[in-house]
Amino acid sequence: MAASIWQWANPVKFIRLSDRLIPPLSILTAICLCTGLIWGFFLTPDDARQGASVKILFVHVPSALMAINAWLMMLFTSLIWIIRRHHVSAFAAKAAAPIGVTMTVIALVTGAIWGKPIWGTYWVWDPRLTSFLILFLFYLGYLALWAAIEDDDTAADLTSILCLVGSVFALLSRYAVLFWSQGLHQPATFSADKETNISNVFWYPAVLCMAGFVLLFVTLVLVGCQTEIRARRGRALLMREGRLT
Amino acid sequence: MMPDLGKYTFEVLACYGITLVSIFVLTGITVLRARRAKQVLSDIETRVKEVRHAD
Repeated sequence: MAASIWQWANPVKFIRLSDRLIPPLSILTAICLCTGLIWGFFLTPDDARQGASVKILFVHVPSALMAINAWLMMLFTSLIWIIRRHHVSAFAAKAAAPIGVTMTVIALVTGAIWGKPIWGTYWVWDPRLTSFLILFLFYLGYLALWAAIEDDDTAADLTSILCLVGSVFALLSRYAVLFWSQGLHQPATFSADKETNISNVFWYPAVLCMAGFVLLFVTLVLVGCQTEIRARRGRALLMREGRLT
Repeated sequence: MMPDLGKYTFEVLACYGITLVSIFVLTGITVLRARRAKQVLSDIETRVKEVRHAD
């Protein structure tokens, strides 16, 4: 079983498998995102307290979820790189970073826009918001580090260490509201407990939107990972055939 | 048909607009980079074959 997992670390096998997965994943992504967003925007009622602004939930919550989970996925693949030195795992982390930073920006901006009418301010130095902003800065640092170092292996080593450190803030931004009782941001919007979870009229489209964002992330990581593998293969060929350069 | 968003029209539309534009730009850049990388690798492999053939 373990051997069957690691065989996908072979770049050729990875590209062959991802080539088969990307088309159905793209279709599923489009279906989930379109259905979830249209359902959330057009077919949900206003909230008793927040009015129509509750519709922001369908873009804010999935993007915040993916901003944190993208970093945790990068942590997982970085650990695989550190322990087993599989290039595909390092490239998966590299491919996830631009998606993660985009999701972080969406979550920060939509959160600020939502905060103004509900909290009366765009920003407060609340534990959750602050740790989320620090996570955004870690994303920028991670991307800058990859861009600054030419050698793939050295870049993967250093970015993996940065990823380990940044994981503290990824976890903090998720659990900050539980550690500190202060701050404006409410606890998790979704809960397994039916008593505290949001109403089903919001829950169903939100689940579709979250599924759409997760699928979008997986699809784009696969495409990005293929790109990195091909770029590395190109560089390796050029180096081997010095005459071509 | 556009739902009545009341006093939150700007906030809701801005959030959806920013999200959709960001997703489209991110997807577009990812796909374009993937196509370019595929093309570049294909060109390099062709040149390598030509050089080896000439030898």
